[in-house]
Amino acid sequence: MYTTELKDKNQKSAAVSLADEDPEKLAAFEARVAADDFIEPKDWMPEAYRKTLVRQISQHAHSEIVGMLPEGNWITRAPNLRRKAILLAKVQDEGGHGLYLYAAAETLGTSREEMIEALHSGKAKYSTIFNYPTLTWADIGAIGWLVDGAAIMNQVPLQRTSYGPYARAMVRICKEESFHQRQGYEIMCVLAAGTPEQKRMAQDALDRWWWPSLMMFGPPDDKSPNTAQSVRWRIKRETNDELRQRFVDVTVPQAEAIGLRVPDPALHWNEARGSYDFGDIDWEEFYAVVRGEGPVARERTQARVKAWEDGAWVREAAAAHASKRAMKMAAE
Amino acid sequence: MNANWPLWEVFVRAKNGLAHKHAGSVHAADARMAIEAARDVYTRRMEGVSLWVVPSSAIVASDPKETTDLFAPAEDKVYRHPTFYTIPGGVKNI
Ligand SMILES: [Fe+2]
Ligand SMILES: [Fe+2]
Repeated sequence: MYTTELKDKNQKSAAVSLADEDPEKLAAFEARVAADDFIEPKDWMPEAYRKTLVRQISQHAHSEIVGMLPEGNWITRAPNLRRKAILLAKVQDEGGHGLYLYAAAETLGTSREEMIEALHSGKAKYSTIFNYPTLTWADIGAIGWLVDGAAIMNQVPLQRTSYGPYARAMVRICKEESFHQRQGYEIMCVLAAGTPEQKRMAQDALDRWWWPSLMMFGPPDDKSPNTAQSVRWRIKRETNDELRQRFVDVTVPQAEAIGLRVPDPALHWNEARGSYDFGDIDWEEFYAVVRGEGPVARERTQARVKAWEDGAWVREAAAAHASKRAMKMAAE
Repeated sequence: MNANWPLWEVFVRAKNGLAHKHAGSVHAADARMAIEAARDVYTRRMEGVSLWVVPSSAIVASDPKETTDLFAPAEDKVYRHPTFYTIPGGVKNI
């Protein structure tokens, strides 16, 4: 998901031992978190908690920002004005989400520049899902429905995450996300009820986005060693596998309702569990994309770096204008 | 020159009659730009009719380490609450 612990390259050096912490402060902290109290920026916190949060929140922020690229790709080619206005509003929302999250991470003592630099240098990760290309208009439907759907699944419990600024950012984000998924599903509904070509296009998009969407929840629990710690600290509220299962359970009937087929021959309803059983995920593909081997990974980073560099003169001009005006005001 | 824009705290008045409430923060070169960025980011869905932006560096916050000392004096003054007082049964409108 946006918040799976994709390891940064420097993670080993960043590993901080809890044994170095003041045991009394640590115990008080753990008790507060266990009682569902919120931790605020100036409160004492273990270094490992701070580091995990910075990594998770900045990864999440980067995902929102990079996530604007695959959809931005279709703004100028949206099939009509209604769709174009909607897509524009959605992509703008994602930019705002990135900003809320960067601001939350900044309260932990990491500057915006450091985070952006880490994204551009490839040191920081973002969700693997955005390294897949958007080939047809149906992909915009599939992204809203599946990718935003998976994001919502993950983000709703994070509204109660233990770090106050992160939780508050999540509340705003969740409020805005709800239309994202519905507009995507609506695109799929229209295509699925359209001409045979349109229906094929919708099915093709589902075929390509289904598995990467399941991978968004991150590695299986037994391959996710930090999950227990993160759940204990209420940085994560549910495990990757729990969230993934819930996503499958709610999404399969949505596909069936519009006559689309989930591309998984092993998928079937398990009466005893009250859940769908589903096939094995290709984790090799996931780890390859994490390593930066996604189909359009290079393109995504290049686009971000280019946008940042092309905007440099604007940032400088605005700063020069502000300091000139401040000087004039001081002289008056 | 340093092109890193300073941080501003954003306060939004949801509608007249209500106080401005902290909504989040933005980076901006100056106050006008902070207002415009805050408008774009925090009021896209008619969440506000008025904005305040304050340089984050201008905010002085109490220290969580002194929470006990700072707020303790309020704790033993229960007589500040109406429920502290005993009123004879049957007496009304008080
Ligand atoms: Fe988002
Ligand atoms: Fe979204």
